Amino acid sequence: MKLKKLLLSAGTMAMMAVSGSAWAEEITIATVNNNDMIVMQELAPKWEEATGNKINWVVLEENVLRQRTTQDISTNGGSFDIMFIGAYETPIWGKNGWLASLDDFADDAAYDLNDIFQLVRNGLSAEGHLYAVPLYSETSFTYYRSDLFEKAGIAKPTEQITYDQFAEMVSKVHDPENGVYGTCQRGKAGWGENMAFVGTLANAFGARWFDEQWQPQLDSPEWNAAIHYYVDLMTKYGPPGATANGHNENRALFKDGKCATWVDATSAANDVKNPANSKVADVTDFFQAPKQATDKGTGWFWSWALAIPASSQKVDTAKDFLKWATSKEYFQMVGETKGWVAVPSGTRASIHEDPRLLEAAPFAETIKNAIFSVDPADPTRDPVPYTGVQFVAIPEFQGIGNFVGQQVAAALAGQMSVEDALSASQDFAVREMTKAGYIK
Amino acid sequence: MARAVSNKTKTINTVIAGTLGVLMFFPILWIIILSFKTEEDAVRAPLEVLFQSGWTTDNFSTVQARSDYFRHFSNSVIISLGSTLLGLVVAIPAAWSMAFVPARRTKDVLMWMLSTKMMPPVGVLVPIYLIFRDTGLLDSRVGLTVVLMLINLPIIIWMLYTYFREIPGEILEAARMDGAGLKEEILYVLTPMAVPGIASTILLNIILAWNEAFWTLNLTAANAAPLTAFIASYSSPEGLFYAKLSAASIMAIAPILIMGWFSQKQLVRGLTFGAVK
Repeated sequence: MKLKKLLLSAGTMAMMAVSGSAWAEEITIATVNNNDMIVMQELAPKWEEATGNKINWVVLEENVLRQRTTQDISTNGGSFDIMFIGAYETPIWGKNGWLASLDDFADDAAYDLNDIFQLVRNGLSAEGHLYAVPLYSETSFTYYRSDLFEKAGIAKPTEQITYDQFAEMVSKVHDPENGVYGTCQRGKAGWGENMAFVGTLANAFGARWFDEQWQPQLDSPEWNAAIHYYVDLMTKYGPPGATANGHNENRALFKDGKCATWVDATSAANDVKNPANSKVADVTDFFQAPKQATDKGTGWFWSWALAIPASSQKVDTAKDFLKWATSKEYFQMVGETKGWVAVPSGTRASIHEDPRLLEAAPFAETIKNAIFSVDPADPTRDPVPYTGVQFVAIPEFQGIGNFVGQQVAAALAGQMSVEDALSASQDFAVREMTKAGYIK
Repeated sequence: MARAVSNKTKTINTVIAGTLGVLMFFPILWIIILSFKTEEDAVRAPLEVLFQSGWTTDNFSTVQARSDYFRHFSNSVIISLGSTLLGLVVAIPAAWSMAFVPARRTKDVLMWMLSTKMMPPVGVLVPIYLIFRDTGLLDSRVGLTVVLMLINLPIIIWMLYTYFREIPGEILEAARMDGAGLKEEILYVLTPMAVPGIASTILLNIILAWNEAFWTLNLTAANAAPLTAFIASYSSPEGLFYAKLSAASIMAIAPILIMGWFSQKQLVRGLTFGAVK
């Protein structure tokens, strides 16, 4: 009898093990090493415990991630089941049929897809289909040192100021003798580096990348005025060696108290306002990114989002993880375990209305308003055939953006004139767009 | 007879050599210093050697907690040792035939093999990626071992060829006269005589395979990723993690540095083998 029982329980256990292993799956996620993704890695074991699945994290540097995932997805390699991608890649890859559609997320009442800001969903969709769900979204706004502004007798702007007014403010707080530079802006070449800021600056000056016939506009008077302004501002009031400074370097400089102003990603606010990481947490405040000839496209739009490559063999499990990682419960879990100031911003309306977030991070409201002021579908003063504020959502933009970024960096370094930089940029863009068939 | 060198020249030479040594070692020293700083100290501008917030070993524990160092380490060991040994199996017979039974085109063949190293690897990335995809070798240690063996093979053959050329052919002839077959000749006569050369070839190729980053980053994901992928994961587009990146770098290069340190005598002996006849 005992033996029979033993055999029976052994058999049951074996069956459970077999069925368990049949259900449990291993998924591979490619990601970058940003703070919000690190938090997700720390919390993911909860999903693994609940579902019995296992996650392999592949953490890569951003450019390597982009190249690696593009290569894998375009060759149907199937190395990854989930990828962190941005607002630039999602519509292009979705249109190419490289990503699994997430339209069925709308049917899940508990997930509440409509709680995710419409603007963000639009940015992660192509031809009416949703291809990625956001972990966080950002625009750009102005970080400034309230103590230095007060000392210089400058009141916090209540309305969007112009870049001319901004330069005037910067001149008053520029104090290199005491190690504080008037402004720190991105100078490192790259479509995702200096061109993110320069792109919005150009929009503010009324410039556009292409006209309605896809003719490049880089030699226009608007681009000329914008780049002259940028080079003058940075030469007079920027830190030395600004062409080496990207987002990370400026963030470090600002947190160390070396910059009086900085126009950059709203997603850095949590870090800058965290006294454990920043010397200027208590004396940093924000206002909208300046305008000039127009207020359109003056703050950029970006989102880091999770997508499933069409080549994945584990789409259902991947979708289950996506729902968990972008659910209301996930954001609440981040707040409860890591502190509400660490909750990723710009994703869900209900989270932005949560009193716990508003208490811990009063600037969350400013971020939300800044994100809502952006419209990637209408980014410029004059009409354009593209979407995207600081980028143009076409595959050719990476190459063009990088080239223009290098010319702008060369102009900033004094290696060439602004006119020569823009003329070379225009020639390159015309060549690339002709080659790609946009210009006949 | 050795040429007489004045004390003054000796001093100048020592100072120049010392300065060059310090300059070459400085980046590694800087990484070591950064790895013991807090992130805030590590990015402080201008960079300071002093530790305002004190020394810390937190970076090492954080890196180990966040990424599985030992998995990456074992992948590095398997891939670098495997590719080197596999390379030797192919390269010893190849170098033997070219050194002792040269044909009219042997020199051209050698040059052709070396020329494959002149091509940028990205040029063959997509075809190799597709082959790996179709044969199920993506993200596998076997696949990576084969690729690293192939890319280092020209160097292994060239090095062994140079060493084998220094061995008098008459010794091999004598072995043949004593009845040694081809296998015995290579295994029991040639190989023992070329041990210093083979050892330095092994060491150099382990170092090359250990540090190889292009193929190891492009052909792996989670399972076969070696230490190069481990380092790369600490570079971030939003937030500087210099201290953790430095700690990860130290953890990745330490094994190969220690190996190089202990085997430097062998390495130098092998590299200079046959330089003076």
